[in-house]
Amino acid sequence: MPKKPPTDLQSPLRRKLLVGTAAASAAAMMSSPQQAFAQTFPTAKVNTTGLAVTDTEVTVGILHSITGTMAISETGSVEAEKLAISQINESGGILGRKIKFIQEDGASDWPTFAEKAKKLLVENKCASVMGCWTSASRKAVLPVFEQYNGLLYYPTFYEGLEESHNVFYTGQEATQQIIAGLNWVNETKKARSFYLLGSDYIWPRTSNKIARKHIEGHLKGCKVLGEEYFPLGHTQFNSVINKIKLHKPDVIYAIIVGGSNVAFYKQLKAAGIDLSKQTLLTISVTEDEIDGIGGENIAGAFACMKYFQSLDNPANKKFVEAFQKMWGAKTVIGDVTQAAYLGPWLWKFAVEKAGSFDVDKVVAASPGIEFKDAPEGYVRIHKNHHLWSKTLVGKARTDGQFDVVYTTPDLVEPNPFPKGYQ
Amino acid sequence: MSTANTTTKNRHLELIGIGLIALLILVVLPVWLDAFRLNLVGKYLTYAFVAVGLVLCWGYTGILSLGQGIFFGLGGYCMAMFLKLEASSVANTKIQSTPGIPDFMDWNQLTHLPFFWVPFKSLPFALIAVIAVPSLAAFILSYAMFKRRVGGVYFAIITQAFAAVLTILIIGRQGYTGGINGITDLRTMWGWDIRTDGAKEILYFACAFLLIGMMFLARFVLSSKLGRILVAIRDKEDRVRFSGYDVASVKVFIFCLASAIAAVGGAMFTLQVGFMSPSFVGIVPSIEMVIFCAVGGRQSVVGAVVGTLLVNYAKTSFSESFPELWLFAMGGLFIAVVLAFPRGIAGLFTDQVVPLFMKWKSARDGATPDATPAPAE
Repeated sequence: MPKKPPTDLQSPLRRKLLVGTAAASAAAMMSSPQQAFAQTFPTAKVNTTGLAVTDTEVTVGILHSITGTMAISETGSVEAEKLAISQINESGGILGRKIKFIQEDGASDWPTFAEKAKKLLVENKCASVMGCWTSASRKAVLPVFEQYNGLLYYPTFYEGLEESHNVFYTGQEATQQIIAGLNWVNETKKARSFYLLGSDYIWPRTSNKIARKHIEGHLKGCKVLGEEYFPLGHTQFNSVINKIKLHKPDVIYAIIVGGSNVAFYKQLKAAGIDLSKQTLLTISVTEDEIDGIGGENIAGAFACMKYFQSLDNPANKKFVEAFQKMWGAKTVIGDVTQAAYLGPWLWKFAVEKAGSFDVDKVVAASPGIEFKDAPEGYVRIHKNHHLWSKTLVGKARTDGQFDVVYTTPDLVEPNPFPKGYQ
Repeated sequence: MSTANTTTKNRHLELIGIGLIALLILVVLPVWLDAFRLNLVGKYLTYAFVAVGLVLCWGYTGILSLGQGIFFGLGGYCMAMFLKLEASSVANTKIQSTPGIPDFMDWNQLTHLPFFWVPFKSLPFALIAVIAVPSLAAFILSYAMFKRRVGGVYFAIITQAFAAVLTILIIGRQGYTGGINGITDLRTMWGWDIRTDGAKEILYFACAFLLIGMMFLARFVLSSKLGRILVAIRDKEDRVRFSGYDVASVKVFIFCLASAIAAVGGAMFTLQVGFMSPSFVGIVPSIEMVIFCAVGGRQSVVGAVVGTLLVNYAKTSFSESFPELWLFAMGGLFIAVVLAFPRGIAGLFTDQVVPLFMKWKSARDGATPDATPAPAE
């Protein structure tokens, strides 16, 4: 039985191919689109470096924590990546090849990430890997990807200060998330004084460093009243809340991560700080975190992200619908989940542009790759391997979703090594 | 059968065991496994150092330490500090605000190398520190405890607390230690690239030989007079003290020795895996290391090594085959081992397999004088 060729002709390559096959007289070539692809793109040609690519299949890796403390955050990314892969397969795969994925568990343990990354590259010869969440896990796998010339799509917003030949960063680096938000709060809320809070590790510290430099150096008449850090998992915020009450900053700037958020927002509320009157801007709370915090505890706070589930555009509506169909109607989709969804697609586009799965060719073809129907809108890969994307500010609602109150007019250029902010 | 006879027999068994382990890790595995799997085994072997140390202090002296990760980690960090400084040459770090210092210091706005990092520019110093720093830490901890006759459960709890303190310290002072990310991206040792497959193989053999050396060292200690004092302390500490022995000093010595052995493992870990992070220092890895030793058999040096290899092999293969369920499988394995053979694999071997073998042997020896053995029916 000849397979019915798929009707949707999204990919330019597919169109080119069909023109090619129409011209060719051999009827046999029409028998299966996959076979036809395999002849236009023979495996020997599209894979010269010994990756796991056959005539019908290409293997990729998924490497996230599905056990341990990070599992709660990383599950969304795994789900998004699986959704993207199944959608790509339904629309015909990549160069006529279906994507097969091998999933490994990083177990919230950085050395395990390094071990599994090596396994995916050396043993499974994965053509690309979608994975990692925390900076620590990325730092652990980075030397592995560089040594074996692998390809990693990393979804989380992070501190920047990194640019690797072997990694594409589909989340925002720090300046993309921070500067537009601070400008917005400065202009619309007339904010002049800030109080910076963070969990004690590299991302909040670097982000607050950038925030402080921007507030003190670029915003007129603005100052930082205090800056404090708390160990991961910290749950006692009363003393800092008292300090905030004393200093009365215009803006609380919070980069608290994980479970600590629950305690922080509940204690803020209990201390009588009403977020509808006190401006709070965070870059670490997405819909996923609100699931744990409880919408009523955080309603009124502002978050600066590049994606919110409530985003009103056709691509996002389709994405949310497909996601909830696959993973349950109650699943919420946060910023990182959406960024993880971009990974397989951006890789597909780059492979098709390169006409090859070879890592170096895919990397060379990547700058300038566009994803016009991304749920967050339009994104484009910068030559520094980060994405051009818009920055949004959302206001938390009691139902755990955000109302988008501000969108930057243009795409924000990623700048992982910002001059003057280091 | 006299006790003395059993002891010699067990010693012979132990020697045969070490021989078999040497054969396995020096010949069989390198021939059988590819470079990636061999490197993994190399990583497991570094945990085996800790297990050998635990046999000395827990199995034979009765000092349960739930903080061996401290010493493994300190050894690893000493090695990592040297490697990191070598990887942070001015040429490699010119994009930083302050070139020539490790990248994480630059991210944390440090502008010069902290004083305690400076001596780690020298490899000989770093190698000495790998042993000396953890031993010193072990000495201070154990001297303070054992001189006051704090032992048993209290000591176990204090080692745990110490592990927690050290983890918090490392994570909290990230400008000086690399924080939760650890010290990553280690490249060369005296110009020799440790990341290539060839280097990994050499490091594997170095690690294997060191481990076998440590096993002999442990055996030497245990079969000496000191070894018998250790057992006596475990079984009736007061009697040994009343007999005029300085129990505290013996315990301090054996604890320091166990820690030094663990530290060598930590340094080998850093070299083979290419980074060090606080996730090896804390309570959870420390307890995991005790489990390796318990599964293998805490009174057998060979058993501890076998246990470490088996548990880690199971961990890797379960997690590869069932990424969503593997933790349950591991839990099940531990429960099964502890319920079915509380003395570990080594205990299973000496209690079940050896008597069977003896029975078979004596039956055969008894039968040989007969010129015509009875038919097998």
